[in-house]
Amino acid sequence: MTATTEPAATRRHPNSGPFRRFVINNRAALGTLAVFVVMMAIFIVANPRVFLSWPLYNSILVTLPVALFLVVPLVFVVTVGEIDLSFPATMGFAAWVFALLVQAGVNPFLAILGAIGTGVVIGSFVGAIVVYAGLSSLIATLGMNYMLRGLITIITEGKSIALLGLRDTTAYTVFSGSLAGIPVQIFWALAFVVLSAFLYNRHRFGARVHAVGDNPDSAAQMGIDVRRIRIATFMYMGLGAALAGCFSVMINFTWWPTTGDGYLLTALASVFVGGTPAWGGIGTIAGGALGALIISFIQSGIISAGLTGFYVQFFNGLIIVLALLGHRWNQARYR
Amino acid sequence: MADRLIELREVTKSYGNVFALGGVNLHVDRGEVVGLIGDNGAGKSTLIKILAGVVKPTTGSIFVRGKEVHNWNGARSRDAGIETVFQDRALAVQQTIVRNIFMGREITDRFGFLHVRREHEEAERLMREIGFTSKVFSPDSIVGQLSGGERQGVAIARAIYNKADLIVLDEPTTALSLTETEKVFRFVRAVRASGRSILFIGHNIHHVHDIADRFVVLDRGRVALTTTKAEMDTAEKLIAFMEHVAHPKGVGSFDPNAAVLEVRQ
Repeated sequence: MTATTEPAATRRHPNSGPFRRFVINNRAALGTLAVFVVMMAIFIVANPRVFLSWPLYNSILVTLPVALFLVVPLVFVVTVGEIDLSFPATMGFAAWVFALLVQAGVNPFLAILGAIGTGVVIGSFVGAIVVYAGLSSLIATLGMNYMLRGLITIITEGKSIALLGLRDTTAYTVFSGSLAGIPVQIFWALAFVVLSAFLYNRHRFGARVHAVGDNPDSAAQMGIDVRRIRIATFMYMGLGAALAGCFSVMINFTWWPTTGDGYLLTALASVFVGGTPAWGGIGTIAGGALGALIISFIQSGIISAGLTGFYVQFFNGLIIVLALLGHRWNQARYR
Repeated sequence: MADRLIELREVTKSYGNVFALGGVNLHVDRGEVVGLIGDNGAGKSTLIKILAGVVKPTTGSIFVRGKEVHNWNGARSRDAGIETVFQDRALAVQQTIVRNIFMGREITDRFGFLHVRREHEEAERLMREIGFTSKVFSPDSIVGQLSGGERQGVAIARAIYNKADLIVLDEPTTALSLTETEKVFRFVRAVRASGRSILFIGHNIHHVHDIADRFVVLDRGRVALTTTKAEMDTAEKLIAFMEHVAHPKGVGSFDPNAAVLEVRQ
């Protein structure tokens, strides 16, 4: 009679030593970091004049925060086993509420709260439709995105809202000013990333998001309200989209009916380039943030490297595919 | 009767005109391993689901520690200390052992943040208790890296953390190798030694005979036999009985001339 399992001694202890454990636990994020470092090294070699001077980084630090507010909650949604394509419209809608309130003379701080409330309500609505009707979130949220954007266009008849008065408010200084020459938005975005990472890795909510995304049957049997957790991730997405919308309006002093539209594919790509797999149950917040950094550098990098704009799409795609292949090779898949 | 943990009396379950269970009596005492044997369709899964409170019995009564419990459901089953380990659906395989043990019952501070160290220590204690230790893995290992028997160990450790007095194992050794089966048996013996009970469901009679103290044979929704290890000292005796149940002499004898299907206008 032969034993079919391998002898225990041939298997390595997977968690020997704190350093090894750190590397294993953060394998996907570290892989993303490696991609980022290699990419930047290539850019610096290709065009040291642009990539070793401050203005490029300054402009990235202004636009990156908006992406971070979208990418980080999207990691929660993907980990729970769903997808949300409605966040660009949610972002536009919440930013619209912010703009209308500021225009009506409401204190911008309160207007931000109003926008957050709007985002969370839209998120819970989208989540409830997906979860209670058992719809495919891919299709349902795509539909919600069109519907919400359509609603904005119908009501505003395509007119934008200019908010030049924002520049003189305290809220603008706090959320969009600069600190020691660095755009202050990035500090808020980093705070959001760190808080979300704690929520994701060290909080009951994050633990349940992982459990539901990994095995909903098992989670339900252990008394977790699977529907509530799923809807909560959509609400968190709504919150992030609202913040992204407010920051975007404050950068431009203008709300456009198209606010948020350009972020759909870049935010999605950031999540997956960051090392969160599409099948649910696992993911990485730090990786997602690094993914957003990579995506924001690709475009400016390719042009500064001396290639024409015609190459941007090709290299965008190339980097995404290479990053995915790298993560696939880097991580064992258990389901 | 002080040691009687749970008792089902005359429990039936019918779906329309079809009886899945027709008057089943079953009890489990504290600190014993009861083997529930039966072919596919004998009513094992219906019985498990009734115990777990997922399916409501059509008639019959359920007693927990000698007291009848009315309106039996999932919450009452959990309150009674019954934890069911379904074979394939029990664990989240991409998560660590710790995350699986505390799934849904995390140890947190009052803001919901996890006490990572305390969970880790508690997991180690639970794993030691059932003899589920190894140099190869730690509480931080991913469940997907574990073998089939080891995964049963995680599920059993979780059941104990959830204060289970009766752990229902649904086909825990099906599709496991001999060494893996032996691991599961080791966990089961450790659980029995701690005074908890196990209802061990299987259709491999050798496995069930090895591990159980008492056997209940289910056949077509009825208990065909309740016996002890003392009476059935070899698995062969049990198998012989099972064969008798499956092909009883004289009953259902085949008449080649009888019409199987008749069509009338």
